[in-house]
Amino acid sequence: MGISAPPADWFKAPSGTERAWIGLALLWCIVLTLAMPYWHFKGKQNSTGEAYAVEPAKFAARVQSFVASNKVDEKNGIPVVEAAPGGDAYLQAQMWTFYPILKFRKGQTYRLHISSTDIQHGFSLLPINMNFQVLPGYDHVLTITPTMTGDFPIICNEFCGIGHHQMTGKIIVTE
Amino acid sequence: MTTMDPTVEGAVAETPADAAEPKGNHLPGLSRICGTTGFTVDLTAQKFIQLNAVAAVVCLLIGGIAALLVALTRWPAVHLLPAEWYYRMVTLHGLSMLILWIIFFEIAVLYFAGTVLLKSRLASATAAWISFIMMVVGGGMVAAMVLTGKADVMFTSYAPLKAHQLYYLGVILFAVGTLIGVINFFATIYIAKRDKTYKGSVPLVVFGAITAGIIAVATLLHGAAIYIPTWLWALGVIPNMDPAVYRLVFWGLGHPSQQINVAAMVSVWYLLSAITVGGKVLNQGVSRVAFLFYILFINLASAHHLLVDPGVSAGWKIWNTSYAMYLAVLASMIHGYTVPASVEVALRKQGHDKGLFGWLGAAPWGNPGFSGFFLSLLIFGFIGGITGVTLGTEQINIIAHNTLRIPGHFHSTVVGGTTLAFMAVTYYVVPLIFRREFPLRAICKLQPYVFALGIAMVSFGMSFAGSYGVSRRHWDIEFTGATHAAGYDASVHVWLALVGIGGIVAFTGLLMYVLPVVGAVFFGKKIDGKMTPW
Ligand code: HEM
Ligand SMILES: [Cu+2]
Ligand SMILES: [Cu+2]
Repeated sequence: MGISAPPADWFKAPSGTERAWIGLALLWCIVLTLAMPYWHFKGKQNSTGEAYAVEPAKFAARVQSFVASNKVDEKNGIPVVEAAPGGDAYLQAQMWTFYPILKFRKGQTYRLHISSTDIQHGFSLLPINMNFQVLPGYDHVLTITPTMTGDFPIICNEFCGIGHHQMTGKIIVTE
Repeated sequence: MTTMDPTVEGAVAETPADAAEPKGNHLPGLSRICGTTGFTVDLTAQKFIQLNAVAAVVCLLIGGIAALLVALTRWPAVHLLPAEWYYRMVTLHGLSMLILWIIFFEIAVLYFAGTVLLKSRLASATAAWISFIMMVVGGGMVAAMVLTGKADVMFTSYAPLKAHQLYYLGVILFAVGTLIGVINFFATIYIAKRDKTYKGSVPLVVFGAITAGIIAVATLLHGAAIYIPTWLWALGVIPNMDPAVYRLVFWGLGHPSQQINVAAMVSVWYLLSAITVGGKVLNQGVSRVAFLFYILFINLASAHHLLVDPGVSAGWKIWNTSYAMYLAVLASMIHGYTVPASVEVALRKQGHDKGLFGWLGAAPWGNPGFSGFFLSLLIFGFIGGITGVTLGTEQINIIAHNTLRIPGHFHSTVVGGTTLAFMAVTYYVVPLIFRREFPLRAICKLQPYVFALGIAMVSFGMSFAGSYGVSRRHWDIEFTGATHAAGYDASVHVWLALVGIGGIVAFTGLLMYVLPVVGAVFFGKKIDGKMTPW
């Protein structure tokens, strides 16, 4: 029993069905272990964690110059900004909005830079449901290729204070 | 071993009766012989097991009230609390449950395993007092800061989100108190060994408790590495906290501490298997090596909290999600086999040998110590294990990070698993350590089923809502007043209603636990000889 001292010769090799179970479980663990790198290299959707140190004020300045040179429209006073295909796009998270509205073209690849100018936020793209962490001081670079057209809301999914549930943003994808 | 729970028919002693029994090292007049099990109980240890267990149950009740309020807020048709209080209650719930309830109870488990099972006295009553007082004061400070709105930061308090400095100090006091308790446990093992109160190797349950203790020390050191600088930062001594470093070190504390819970839970499983059905360990070596795997490999699993973070490389993620994490999984798969097997072997030996599952039908399902233990095993193994391994993959984590799938997962591990196992063992702790008979026995017998059902509903509801992207720690699924409109698939209303209704069921199950325990401890009939068998 588990509550009494074991007999002196308690160390025995596993046998019978117990041994078979351990073998099966180990085999399954090895399969999953190999699957991890396999999925990374064969899978189409990975989080590589590419990031660069950036001061919040500097990041905000990059966002401003991106908006100034790429603005194509305005919605409710918020600029809609289209990045050049293959180029960089910037998204600033701050209490409690994602700025600006981004416009992409389907099938084109972009380097999307996300950072925060205050505290931690969460980038959650609906309804596709892709989620990434956004930290101040870190320029998080996602290489993305939109595969669908439409308007996609971004919501914040890291608690960031009392306005957290009102923190949203938008990505527009056109043909 | 000459002692056995006589409530179990057909239980057999493993050691020949003529083997010379080692003698305990209790101080004169400070021990008693348990009338039910024949174990020698150190009275000092008994007092501290009682104190820590009572503190644990109080915290469980507080956390449970917060849980109900939160669950009813997530149910859109009810949407009970205003935003501010929702966030405050999520913070209180996480802290009161995951930290206070679980750790107070674990200290009680360690004191029990180190003394009663080894026939030893507790190493130091002074240390046990200091530990307990620090934990109560620290826990009280944390709760006070949260309830007065000075720490609306969630239990993770991700910097640079900042709480009042007393919040961090409270956590530090609680953690140091815990560390002192764990060291007292190791000191007890040491004096037991020195005084030869047991022969040969320690029993498996003690081995599991030692595993939990070792992981606890490693974990608490990570805790110091993160909370002390954060406290100094809140005091203005340190100018900046790097958010990524904070997350890395915080989860160095946060994830391994879940392995303390797993190791403590598995120990409780072996304990309950032994005392409810006389369960026999198939192979001591296998079970012990599986415990060792927890110590060796679990730290790497901390990585799964950072799978979508900036600054950690792809190679780091692949490495940390692969082999070593699966060796920790292997450990759980081994216990998931050996624990029910110990029950099966014992029940078959007692003559319940019909067919493949005849033994399972003959199990004592009316004994809450058994049903709670077995339901904990099932929920942890099937729901907890499967969701955990799934969420820990790099790619799936992208669609699950910070959604309700995450709490959906851990309510089947630390709640349906650990909490339910701790509840189950309480049905023996109260009669054997407090020496009080349970009142309301019919309620006790139903309790594990009600709690398990409620938590399974909460867990399923959160997991499915989360798979539609519904965020955890989020007050408004309609995003009223947000700059850009947003929303979810309409079906999430159904899943969130399941969270709300399951929350009511689980809370009922929680009250069905707390009320009889309180009734027993304060008003229960005193037990002089044997406890009434379940
Ligand atoms: C009556 C039983 C319980 C119910 C109904 C319940 C329900 C919930 C709900 C609805 C959430 C909130 C999810 C959100 O909005 O983000 C939650 C979060 C949580 N629960 Fe429970 N829970 C229960 C018991 C427990 C227990 C026993 C533990 C720990 C041992 C626990 C640990 C947690 C933790 C750590 C969180 C996360 C808090 C955070 O996100 O900061 N729960 N629970
Ligand atoms: Cu935010
Ligand atoms: Cu937020």
